[in-house]
Amino acid sequence: MELTARHHEYWRKNLVITAVLLAIWFVATFVEAWYARELNNYTFLGFPLGFYMSAQGSLIIYVVIIWVYAKYMSKLDKEYNVDEGDLE
Amino acid sequence: MSQATFSHSSFNSQLKKYYSFYTLGFIGFLVALAIAEQLGMSREWIGYWFLFATIGLYAGIGIMSRTAEVAEYYVAGRRVPAFFNGMATGADWMSAASFIGMAGTLFLSGFDGLAFVMGWTGGYCLVALFLAPYLRKFGQFTIPDFLGARYGGNIIRTIGIISAIVCSFVYVVAQIYGVGLITSRFTGLEFGIGVFVGLAGILVCSMLGGMKAVTWTQVAQYIILIIAYLTPVVWLGVKHTGIPVPQFAYGQTLQKLAEVEKKIFSDPREADVRKYFKDRADAATAAEKDLTKAHRDRRAALEKEVADLRAANAPAARIDPLQKLLTEYPTDPEKWKAGVSKDKALAARAVPPRPHAEPYVGKDEKARDTARLNFIGIVFCMMFGTAALPHILMRYYTTPSVQQARQSVFWSLFFIFLLYFTAPCLAVLAKYDVYTNLVGSSFASLPAWAAAWAKVDPTLLNISDINGDGIVQLAEIVIGGDLIVLATPEIAGLPYVVSGLVAAGGLAAALSTADGLLLTIANALSHDLYYKMIDPTASTKKRVTISKALLVVVAIVAAYVTSLKPGDILFLVGAAFSLAASAFFPPLVLGVFWKRATKWGAIIGMSVGLAVCMYYMARTYPFFTNMGVPKMDLWFGLNPISAGMFGLPAGLITIIIVSLLTPEPDKETQELVEHVRYPHLRGDIVTEAT
Repeated sequence: MELTARHHEYWRKNLVITAVLLAIWFVATFVEAWYARELNNYTFLGFPLGFYMSAQGSLIIYVVIIWVYAKYMSKLDKEYNVDEGDLE
Repeated sequence: MSQATFSHSSFNSQLKKYYSFYTLGFIGFLVALAIAEQLGMSREWIGYWFLFATIGLYAGIGIMSRTAEVAEYYVAGRRVPAFFNGMATGADWMSAASFIGMAGTLFLSGFDGLAFVMGWTGGYCLVALFLAPYLRKFGQFTIPDFLGARYGGNIIRTIGIISAIVCSFVYVVAQIYGVGLITSRFTGLEFGIGVFVGLAGILVCSMLGGMKAVTWTQVAQYIILIIAYLTPVVWLGVKHTGIPVPQFAYGQTLQKLAEVEKKIFSDPREADVRKYFKDRADAATAAEKDLTKAHRDRRAALEKEVADLRAANAPAARIDPLQKLLTEYPTDPEKWKAGVSKDKALAARAVPPRPHAEPYVGKDEKARDTARLNFIGIVFCMMFGTAALPHILMRYYTTPSVQQARQSVFWSLFFIFLLYFTAPCLAVLAKYDVYTNLVGSSFASLPAWAAAWAKVDPTLLNISDINGDGIVQLAEIVIGGDLIVLATPEIAGLPYVVSGLVAAGGLAAALSTADGLLLTIANALSHDLYYKMIDPTASTKKRVTISKALLVVVAIVAAYVTSLKPGDILFLVGAAFSLAASAFFPPLVLGVFWKRATKWGAIIGMSVGLAVCMYYMARTYPFFTNMGVPKMDLWFGLNPISAGMFGLPAGLITIIIVSLLTPEPDKETQELVEHVRYPHLRGDIVTEAT
């Protein structure tokens, strides 16, 4: 099994999207938690922002990260011809 | 297997139909019980109905899904659609601790409790990005399977088996404990019998049908647990915010709560009560310095007081209680010591309460920074532990394709999110209710739910009029975390049938997690140890039979350990996460993302990760240090629950260093890595086990 240049490109793109989403995850988690006290000086939907993020905002970001990844990779699979075909 | 004639889409639509009927049926069952309650059915009977109807249902699904086929037994035939695997993972994931404990933890510790909310959801990003699609492509049965194939040899597989068993076993004990607690509380059965009834339910299901039965039961359990969690919160939300989705509207309640907090926290009567506890704790601390002397002094003081009263001809009503104290006064200072340590623990009640939304409360800047570090430590360990616990990762072997595995992580987190973003809301609503309706009420007319719970279980709710003013002060209330979820239906003024529903939900949460964990342990023993290492020629029938037998043995051992009631449940759960993160995360992720990772790198790295994590726990956690392990200071003030903060990086760095020092993996291994990276390749090797 020889991998072609296209295969390597697919994997590189996968690494890029993984890194980007991971960076968002990192900010939504650890940067947010680090500055929670400062964020609490702002109000969002009636909540102190730091509290809101930890209780709900970051969670929504997590759900979206995973959704974007699944969507993007499905498209990438097809584009690079490594998808599993129709399983229906 | 008749893969060719099997249609995934018609299977999917059939499942949707079945589970829609099932959900409607369950709602019908609730309505019927609600009517029966109005007609006078007793609370005890409502409890029994919930207990036996739901366990009977799970057992029924187990019997219908019984199987002797290997792929069905281990990975549900790999035909679980993304959506349903998401629900099953949700139930697998959310344990008794999430269902019953989480809102209580948030109630008690405010913002700082949110570390668990973030950790137990954000971990799924790591599952999605680093693990699920690759494990699905690899497509065997267990996590040690992957380690064995990627790194080669039985050593790494053995370490994998041991790690999987250690963290799953610690976790399953916590679940069975939860089962015992709920059944005994809601039916009046004894704790031991409760454990046994629950265990029977778990076994019928997982033993007959393995992963296949567990999957379809978990979907059913998810539906029950989410209905049970949301119903009372929605009701309470309408009461406080006027909106049936209080999750988005409780910001207003939080603001009102902050105002109430300001008023209560500055109330001088609150300060009085706290001072009373502080004085008693201080006296105990002083007494501890010289127990014998304090013991003697206290006795002398009592004797003098009695003598003085007698001399003054005081009424018997005043003398008698003191005389009784004196008669019962222990002669042995050692026996008296228990009372002293009890008093010393009152110091916890002398601490001023914290504003709910304020992060990292502490007496000075340093204490606040340590609180922040511990918050981040818990988030870190829970997240990486999520992405390393075998019973969760195993679920992604069961989808029909890599693509569905990715989507399935999305559905998993979505279904988990529904509960986890509700818990902080419930905590705020319940707190507002307690602060406005219970605090400040008079002892003569407590709110009905408070009076009832204080009578039933003083460990969950204990109110005593310390300063004798007849009014409830916040500092006079002790709330056990589990109370919040259990009592919410009554706080919201709902009929008892909703309390029964909540108990059934808690039971579903505990049983579903226990199912998944027991299966993981039994599979590690039967598949990885027996089939892969001892007798690779065993027939499929023999393999499944052995797995079923082991499941019973493991379940009984776990129930036995549970009956000993070992320590702190939250610590047990936290420990499982830290251990899993330290042992599994580095070798699994590097195994996919770094071709250069070698066998010895993984072996030594996993061992170092586990060892560092266990070392830190053993040297810092009181349970171990009290047993004679020499105690050491916390590193950076980080609590033992976050030991994975040290274990994981240690393991990761070790794998990298040792891998670079050992020769590159062979071509076959490199091909395996390439194989898992692409959902489909022409002329690809095949690793999927059937």
